[in-house]
Parts: sequence; C-alpha cells; structure tokens
Amino acid sequence: MTTVLTAGLGLKPQHFDAALACPADGLWFEVHPENYMVAGGPRLAWLEAIRARHAISLHGVALSLAADAKPDPVHLTRLAGLARRIEPALISEHLAWSTWRGAYHPDLLPFPRTDEALARIADNVSRAQDALQRRIAIENPSHYLHIEGHAWDEIYFLTELAHRTGCGLLLDVNNVYVSARNLGYSADAYLDAFPGDSVMEIHLAGHTPDPNLGAALLVDTHDAPVAPEVWALYARLIARIGARPTLIERDDNLPDFATLFTERQRAEAVLRVPLARAA
Amino acid sequence: MTSDLAPGALARFQDGFVHALLAPAGKPVTTIPPEVAALAAQPAFAVYRNTVMKGCIDALQANYPAVARLVGEEWFRAAAAIHVREALPADPTLLRYGAVFADFLARFEPAAELPYLPGVARLDRYWTEAHAAPDEKVLDPVAVAGLAPEALAATVLHAHPAARWAWFADAPIYTIWSRNRSGGALDDNLDWRPEGALLTRPRDAVEWIAIDAAGCAFLDACAAGGTLAAAAAAAVEVQGNADLARLMSALLAAGAFSGMSFNNNRQIEEGHP
Repeated sequence: MTTVLTAGLGLKPQHFDAALACPADGLWFEVHPENYMVAGGPRLAWLEAIRARHAISLHGVALSLAADAKPDPVHLTRLAGLARRIEPALISEHLAWSTWRGAYHPDLLPFPRTDEALARIADNVSRAQDALQRRIAIENPSHYLHIEGHAWDEIYFLTELAHRTGCGLLLDVNNVYVSARNLGYSADAYLDAFPGDSVMEIHLAGHTPDPNLGAALLVDTHDAPVAPEVWALYARLIARIGARPTLIERDDNLPDFATLFTERQRAEAVLRVPLARAA
Repeated sequence: MTSDLAPGALARFQDGFVHALLAPAGKPVTTIPPEVAALAAQPAFAVYRNTVMKGCIDALQANYPAVARLVGEEWFRAAAAIHVREALPADPTLLRYGAVFADFLARFEPAAELPYLPGVARLDRYWTEAHAAPDEKVLDPVAVAGLAPEALAATVLHAHPAARWAWFADAPIYTIWSRNRSGGALDDNLDWRPEGALLTRPRDAVEWIAIDAAGCAFLDACAAGGTLAAAAAAAVEVQGNADLARLMSALLAAGAFSGMSFNNNRQIEEGHP
C-alpha cells in the first residue's frame, strides 16, 4: 500500500536535519528543482538523503510555460534528469512566464489569457509532460495588475488547459485570496467554481500588504504564517473537494522547523476529516 | 471565445513587459505597446519590477559573499543592480548567475580604487563552481608514491572536476578572499605580495589552500594533459627554486587530482587503429 501524502513543507537548507529526522506519517517536502540542477556536490547529496526518507515534490518556477516560445530544451532535459534521479511524487509548474528570449526573470509574470496564449501554453505543457513522461500540475498565479486583454476567465482557461493536455492543477489558496483582494472579486466564488477533480496539490502560504500601497495591494511574499482568511477558504475547499496533498509554502523570514511543523499539523488536521471518511 | 489581440500579440506583450520591467525607475517607458504601457503605469507593476530585481541581486549577493563583505551590502547591491540591467541571468539555476560579474567589476569605474575586487570575485566564482562540480573520488597519494621514478615521469595526473586554481601576480587575493569568505578578522596586517589559490571539493565541502606560482604552472600543465615531467619543467620555469616533492604532496593532499594515466600507454592506445 502506498502512503497517502497529506500535508507537506517547503524544504529549506536550514531545516535539513530536522526535516530528515521528522517521522510524521504522510509528510512530504517540496523543492524548486532549479536549485538542484547541478552536476554533483552537497546539494544533490542532501536532497537524495531527504528523498530516502520522505516523498518529494518538484515545484518548478522556470519552465516559462506561458512564454510565446517552446520550453528551453536544456532546462527541460535537466528537469527530466533530476526527476529520474529523485523520483518525485509530484511535479508542478506555473501558469506564468519567466524566461524570455534567453533571459531569465526570477518572477512569475502575467499575460493576457487569449486563445493564442492558451494554444501556446497547451503545447508547452504537452511538451513538458512528454519530456517528463508524466502528468504535471499547473498552478494559478497571484495577480496584481488589471489586464485588459483577457479573453478567458482564469478558471475556464485552466479547465480548458487540463482538458487539452491532461495536466492536473495546483490550487494555491493564498494566491486566490491575494488575487481576489487585489483585483476585486470573490475568493469564495472562485474556489467554488474551481474544477476540484483536476486538483493534484494545494498550496497555502502567507502574504504581506505592499509597503507603499498597504492593504490595497497584497503581495504573495511567502514570508509570514498562513492568514486566518486563507485557512477558512482552505477548510471550505477541502470540505467540497476532499483531501489533497497540501503544502505550507514558506520562503522568507523563516521560522524554526517546529513552528512550520505546527502549521503543517493544522493542515493535516483539516485533511484528516475527509481521509477518515474515505477510509 | 476570441481574442481582441492579433496573432503574435503574446510575443509583443512579452517584449514590452520585459522592457518595462528593467527600465530605470521614474522614467516613462515610450517604446512599448499601449497595452503594456497601461500595465506599467499601474502602481502594482512595481511588485514585478522589485521581485525580478531583488531575485537577481539576492542571487549575486549569495554567489559573491566575499565581495559583498569587502564592499558592504549597500555598495554591493547598488553595483549588482547595474550589472543585472547589463546581464540578466541566462540560466534559471541562479547558483550559476554572475559568470561575468568579475569582468564587470574590473571595468566598473567606482571599483577602480579596489583593484583586488575582480580577483576576489573570481575566487567566489571558483567556490561556486567547485561546490556544484561532478562528484569524483580523489586520487590517493599512496598510488602516486608507489610509482617507480621512470613511470612517475610519464604519469599524467587528472585534475579533479571540482579543482579551480589561479595565480594573482599583483595582489594577495587569496588572503583577502579567504579572510572575507570565512568571516575572519579584517586586520590591516596584509603582506602585499603575489598569491595563488587552489579550491576544490575533495569530500562534501569546498576546501582551499594557498599555492605558489610553481603550483599553478604545475596544475596548468597537468590540466593540459602534460606528463609529470612536463608539469615539473613548467613549475621550475616560473619558479627556479620550486620544491617539486613538497609541491606535489601538497596538491595531492588537497585533493587536486581525481586520477592518473600513463602517457606511454595512452600513446600505444591512441596508435591502435
């Protein structure tokens, strides 16, 4: 019987020893594969040591699937190589772009959701899935800008993308909250309409008000605990769609492992209800 | 559903977006399509500008810690911001970002008073390269010690894939770098003399030692495929009083080599059809 992945944590070098030793059932760890695309050395050795004890998720930030270009073959080959080596439980990427004309912009950049963009992204997701020989999950990004040229609503766009490519979706509940607040729509309505069957993974993270614009602009900073509003959205989502592997995503202003693990336990408790019902 | 935008609009959008991302703050961007200009005019556009810039500068600071410690964080981040606009990362593995940062510092006018900075940057870069180099066993010094003198002369030592070395004829770059890299004391007791450095990764972690001009010439000759006889001659050529036995045992103990072959055998092998 395979272990059911419940709640996981982003893996940080500072927490290596505690992460390695942590015995929790269903615990898994997520990393950005870009940080491990090296020929050898302690980074890979460290990841392999964690992998020997825990399931790993590779959460890419650089395939640039929404760029009007095929994924960089060198990057895709490296990703496939790392996936063969680590045998991750999950691989995910973003509905965004970052590399353009050979330059990497370390962010998840927006684009108008047009037919042209959908065709390009569907082709790119298919290329990635072919290279990786598996289904990947695509994450809804955080939004800050009012973009005029959208021909597609984001949920329809993601649903159609999943339909055309067979990909799954990674639903970041904090991104939904931040985007809904920034662009002025209902996070509840968004989550209620999201295609639950396609959701392979869920992200929970903290956000911060913009230093200049305050609460009028929430920034997806991953530097704070998950907000109470996001926990409430999450509980409602799980009650509707059932349990999904859920990540506590923390990249900055890092607390100790025990503090993060407490947040992880809170997500795990939410998942336990539908898991107990299904058992 | 159809789009209002013409085919090719996505590429046009992306060209305009990156242009607006990197434009100096406060300057209106005129050469971008109107749909992007409308976005760049929104206050929230700064989130993308800041995130991209911060991500690149953070990466340079992480990859060049000795340089950052020498010049201070404020100076470093200001210089890094200029470099980012000249040379964005070409590779999303940001550990590899900054391959030409040492060259940038060498021609960066505000750094002219710190002529040792490019050399220090070069050793920071070597550290990163050694850290991420392929795993490979280190050549056991005993294997070399057991060779008969005539076999020794025809032996070719293979530089370890993590080994990086350089000779700095103008400044004590090794001392400046290693003090700043390890967070040691920055006393004024600096003997201004030429220095060389060898960095490699014999086990898990990157290690480093000072080497002299003879050691660098020796390693250069080995890396070029030269026999030990040729490497010894190269070492003596740059430093007449070079102590070859000591030099070799120091390099072997540091883990500079991963293996060896014999020039005679290789010639025979290569002579085979």
